[in-house]
Amino acid sequence: MDDSVLLRVEDVWLRRPGAEVLRGVDLTVRRGEVHALLGLNGSGKTSLALTLMGAGGYIPEKGRIIFDGRDITQLSVTERARLGLTLAWQQPARFEGLPTADYLALGMSNPSRERVEEALTAVALSPLVYMSRTVNSALSGGERKRIELAAVYAMQPRLAILDEPDSGVDVLCINDVIGLIRRMADEGTSVLLITHRDEMAEAAGVASLICGGAVVNTGTPAEVRKYFAQRCRPHGDLLGSQPWGAEAGGTYERVVSEGGVR
Amino acid sequence: MSSRSPSRVESSILQQRDPAWAREYEAILKAYEQAGGRPDILRTPRVASAVISGNQVLAVNAIDGVEIEAEEQENGVRARIVVAPGTKLEHPVHLCFGMIPSEGLQEIVSEFEIGEGAEVGFLAHCTFPNALDLKHVMDARIHVGPGATMRYSEAHYHGAEGGIEVLPTTHAQIDEGGRLESDFSLVHGRVGRLDIQTEVDVAARGTVELVAKAYGSADDEIHVSEVVRLNGEGARGLTKTRAAVRDRATSQIYTTAEGNAPGSVGHMDCTEVVRGEAMARNVPIVVVRDDRARVTHEAAIGSVSQKELETLMARGLDEEDAVDIIIRGMLA
Repeated sequence: MDDSVLLRVEDVWLRRPGAEVLRGVDLTVRRGEVHALLGLNGSGKTSLALTLMGAGGYIPEKGRIIFDGRDITQLSVTERARLGLTLAWQQPARFEGLPTADYLALGMSNPSRERVEEALTAVALSPLVYMSRTVNSALSGGERKRIELAAVYAMQPRLAILDEPDSGVDVLCINDVIGLIRRMADEGTSVLLITHRDEMAEAAGVASLICGGAVVNTGTPAEVRKYFAQRCRPHGDLLGSQPWGAEAGGTYERVVSEGGVR
Repeated sequence: MSSRSPSRVESSILQQRDPAWAREYEAILKAYEQAGGRPDILRTPRVASAVISGNQVLAVNAIDGVEIEAEEQENGVRARIVVAPGTKLEHPVHLCFGMIPSEGLQEIVSEFEIGEGAEVGFLAHCTFPNALDLKHVMDARIHVGPGATMRYSEAHYHGAEGGIEVLPTTHAQIDEGGRLESDFSLVHGRVGRLDIQTEVDVAARGTVELVAKAYGSADDEIHVSEVVRLNGEGARGLTKTRAAVRDRATSQIYTTAEGNAPGSVGHMDCTEVVRGEAMARNVPIVVVRDDRARVTHEAAIGSVSQKELETLMARGLDEEDAVDIIIRGMLA
């Protein structure tokens, strides 16, 4: 196997109740790479993120996930994390009674106050204000999102999967997210950046496009952005969230036959 | 200040020099620290405090505005704490209750009288580190005067064996505009058998907040029964219960809120986490006797959230550690 490859996803199929949400995903992330995964709502981005992390109900029915040369398809979330893989959830969980500083320290191999402060500062949160705040529902969506990104940054994983890091009620501005991703890359973390905003791909060195549960295009961020903006967005605007195929009553075929999509 | 305790230590230099007293005092302070208390606070003259071990009153420190009487009984202590009207304490009154032996009975009968407009906090630590066959009974009567505020926080430590019964009973009366905040916590070590019985009557514009938290394991039994009667116009009441049980432990939470007057508002909030073969039950009872009152309840019983669990596991924690962090956070 090519030593430069950190993550290889081989023909991964995933069925969730009522739908086949991943249909033969192939994807490669190299060491030190920031890889953007673009796709419309419902295209399978979050399902792929949860499958890579090994979340309950997201074990593939077919295919393999190879991380650093090891087949992790059947490993638990904990085992994957201990190999250096982690995920920043699109809508992070809330924890009653757990202070932010403790939450950040949980994933650090050598917990230190300095690293916690550095991580909070990296997501534009004041350590003075936030270290003792609880990671509970009193935080706004944007604050919680920043803390999730800070936790992933503090952990210094080998591969960070960031699921829609720019989404949320009180969103981080794109430049903040891009700055954080660059800091992660500088520390040696590879990043799989999942987004439906094509401008986010600017932070990446490589980009892929997922559509209907399969990766359909990989190339430079400029190429993939162009394809996404010109070919995908119009479909999304017209058809809404995926799926559009037979499982959704043949929406795509129906609209195409009526001349609404080119 | 007055005191009629025969065991008031600050008045008895001889007693303080008694080696038996010193041994008992050091032992209970060590246990007090295990329960989360700070022994240095108990030696601070400007902080009101009382230290009771078994049926011995080992130390009492009363300060201006806070009168503490403590009298030894056959199986425990009868105590009366009076806070003068208008007294506003900078530091809470520290109370240490406990027993060092592994067997026995401790009965604490207490009376709290909080004068009009006073503001006072109590920080109680109850420690039974060696309990194998122990019973700790508390019978408290609380009167919060008009416009007064009482904050009472009680943390327990029962050791690792679970051989203990803890039976606290409280009757409280809150006068007009008064406020009572009570926080009971038993989240370290084994619970044994816990049976909390609390009844509170709230007058006009008075407020009560009752918080109880417990973490049971093995064959521990947690039973909480709270009744809040909102009798006066605009009275407010909240019961908040957090319990986690694993192994074969049981948690049974019964709360009643009565809206008996115009504008009274009550809410009962119960969350219980169940693991293994444990069992949890919540029975909220809503009683409304005035059509301008409002009483609500919410309850959640189940395992820990899968998403919370996986989020912590994605940081490298194994499942058991992740569950423990989630539960201890909920009980924090």
